[in-house]
Amino acid sequence: MTAQSKAPFYVFVLLLIAAGIATAVWRHLELGVPWKTGEQQPVWMIEARVDFEGLGEAAKVNLHIPENPPGFRILTEQAASPGYGFAILEESGSRRAEWTKRNVTGTQTLYFKAQFVPEDPFTESEHSAQPDPRNEFWEEPQSTAVRELLDKARERSSSPESLTRELIRLVQPDASTQNTTLLVSEDNHVKLLDRMLNYAGIAARTADGLQLEDARRRQQLVPFLQIHNGERWLTFDPRTGEQGVPENLLLWRQGSESLLDVVGGDDSEVSFSMLRQTLPALQLATMESNKNGFSVLGFHQLPIEEQGMFRMLLLLPLGALIVAFMRIVIGIRTSGTFMPVLIAIAFVQTTLVPGLVAFLSVIAIGLLLRGYLSSLNLLLVSRISALIILVIFITAGLSIIGYQMGFNTGMTVTFFPMVILAWTIERMSILWEEEGAREVFTQGTGSLVVAIFAYLAMDAPMARHLTFNFPELHLVVLGLILLMGQYTGYKLSELRRFNPMKAYD
Amino acid sequence: MGWISPRRLTKLGMLNMNRRNVDYISRYNERSSYPLVDNKLKTKLAVSEYDVKTPKLLQVVRQQHEISHFREMAEDLEGFAIKPAKGSGGKGITVVTGRDGDEYVKASGARVSVSVLERHLTNILAGLYSLAGTPDVAIVESLVQCSPTLAKYSFEGVPDIRIVVFRGYPVMAMLRLATKASDGKANLHQGAIGVGLNIGTGHSLNAVQFNRPVTLHPDTGLALENIRIEDWQAMLEMASRCYEATGLGYMGVDLVVDANEGPLLLELNARPGLAIQMANGRGLLPRLKDIEALKLPHFSPAERVEYAMKTFSKL
Repeated sequence: MTAQSKAPFYVFVLLLIAAGIATAVWRHLELGVPWKTGEQQPVWMIEARVDFEGLGEAAKVNLHIPENPPGFRILTEQAASPGYGFAILEESGSRRAEWTKRNVTGTQTLYFKAQFVPEDPFTESEHSAQPDPRNEFWEEPQSTAVRELLDKARERSSSPESLTRELIRLVQPDASTQNTTLLVSEDNHVKLLDRMLNYAGIAARTADGLQLEDARRRQQLVPFLQIHNGERWLTFDPRTGEQGVPENLLLWRQGSESLLDVVGGDDSEVSFSMLRQTLPALQLATMESNKNGFSVLGFHQLPIEEQGMFRMLLLLPLGALIVAFMRIVIGIRTSGTFMPVLIAIAFVQTTLVPGLVAFLSVIAIGLLLRGYLSSLNLLLVSRISALIILVIFITAGLSIIGYQMGFNTGMTVTFFPMVILAWTIERMSILWEEEGAREVFTQGTGSLVVAIFAYLAMDAPMARHLTFNFPELHLVVLGLILLMGQYTGYKLSELRRFNPMKAYD
Repeated sequence: MGWISPRRLTKLGMLNMNRRNVDYISRYNERSSYPLVDNKLKTKLAVSEYDVKTPKLLQVVRQQHEISHFREMAEDLEGFAIKPAKGSGGKGITVVTGRDGDEYVKASGARVSVSVLERHLTNILAGLYSLAGTPDVAIVESLVQCSPTLAKYSFEGVPDIRIVVFRGYPVMAMLRLATKASDGKANLHQGAIGVGLNIGTGHSLNAVQFNRPVTLHPDTGLALENIRIEDWQAMLEMASRCYEATGLGYMGVDLVVDANEGPLLLELNARPGLAIQMANGRGLLPRLKDIEALKLPHFSPAERVEYAMKTFSKL
């Protein structure tokens, strides 16, 4: 490669690395695939329970269910109601769960379960077109009282928001002003506020919220007030006048008129139970990506067995990167280019210390036996084949001895690739004969050091997590390896090797 | 043993391994030419057309059953060398220097029976010494009778001369002397002594063993300062002709001086080592860059050698 042709190469490598990182970041942000392994995310499991008395005729139960509650995402929905037909209907901007059955008698209980994920950061409700306020009509003497209250509130306010706040403050059930007591009773004051605001020309509506607390049962919805400020619906607490959706409040009903309609039944009521669960963030991301079709980019769709295999395979590039770095930049000599990676893979399965002990004992015993083999004057292929069989005997022997002595770890020898072990023994043995024990020691230690580093890199939980869940990061690894292939500088070991050159400087 | 800073190495113009591989070997050496140098048999045939002499070929053993012929052939030979055709770094070379009754005397003085040699041939055929473990061919060559002026410096083994040839120009050279530590082999990392040679004159410059400077041969006790290679220009031209024979832009040419035949080519190496720089006390890079900068390369080997002798005795 000439000097001029290197620029496109670097651009290409840069693109590779950038593409890898960008895809990973995008998947993290869009799909919520977590960077770290143990990340947990809270999920609210909410169960709506509908009770009613069947009248012995066909029944249709129609429950409003949330669509886009501000601050939450819906993860799963399901209904439990034996014998009932179930459907989720979307009509005129509101979602309703509908149960139907031909013949219903006696007490009936229907369940609707949904999981909600709190969104972070908390999002406001979406933009929507401004609706027109409803026309309200009041009779005397309420009409005068309403006008006076509105005038008073208007005087102390400057915007629809502040007017709402003032009005809420004025119209409290326990307020002792004459006008208020005339209008307000305990159970109608949210409805009253809604009407008064519409009367004042502000689009307003009521909403029902659910206060989320862990392991609560038989909870009822709490009414809230919403006004439209021209861009979006704003939520107010009709008791305190506070603006905004409080934390841990799930708005179950917004916009639609009724919460529950029952045809063919009596004494109907809805109650809610809730449970705070924690799901691993990863599982959450997987479940959501399954829904929106981005899952193509992940391995989670594969059968579990193949996933396990890919988990291993996807660690290999990391090992290759370490080997490349150790050989190109550091200059450690190893016996066999990628033998260290294969040993490291075996270490991943055996864990380090038992793996090292097993590996070293197999190699040591193998070298002893190889000494005898070499005196037999065999052809190379049959010598290697004999060595493979011997290696299997050795590993079997070690496993059995280890097991009898109570070390279950003795069994882990079987994870080492037998053929690689046999070749390693053969190479080491020839190296010993030709270049002496010193060279065997240098290369053997070199291979082991590289294998240990590769193992440490591959065994880090972070590495396992990132390689499997962000496979695109392998583009970065590829880029780095390509870059290293262009490294023409001195190796660390050469700074030592060439040291005597100081004399000629 | 200390460390040297990369800056000082750059100043000295030391070629390092990564740079050798990326900027020289992979740029100037065609992959297709490799078999020519990795196989001694092919090398022999290729260079013979370019008036480069090699040790006389006595026998080629290609198949297991041909080994029996070896016994007949070797019956009345005094000395010979068995080499794997695809061996590298002197691996698998067995040198027999004489006879003692039925037994053969190796260069190290050890006596071995013919069956040991036959086993060695078997190993070679199975590919024990070849680069990737592929099946190989064994060649039996006549023994080089080293010229006595050089032989006295070496312990047992035959001293050889390594010349790095870049685009046909001999750029650096060294004499390799076997020692007791190197077991009679002229292999630097096994402990042979490397003596840097002035390209312009063939005079010795420095000497190193195990990368450390030495002034006397540890076994023969002779001073290494005033060695002079005879017929130096002819040797350089022979090395230079190997470029035409193989087309390899960056290679190491290993020559020996035979008492009767003159300079002989032992082998070619497409990946010559870097230790030659230590033996010369000079870096390769200034010389390589000088040749890369040549606008009009010289055409004939003689012209190239003349240019190299003139230029590189100073660099």
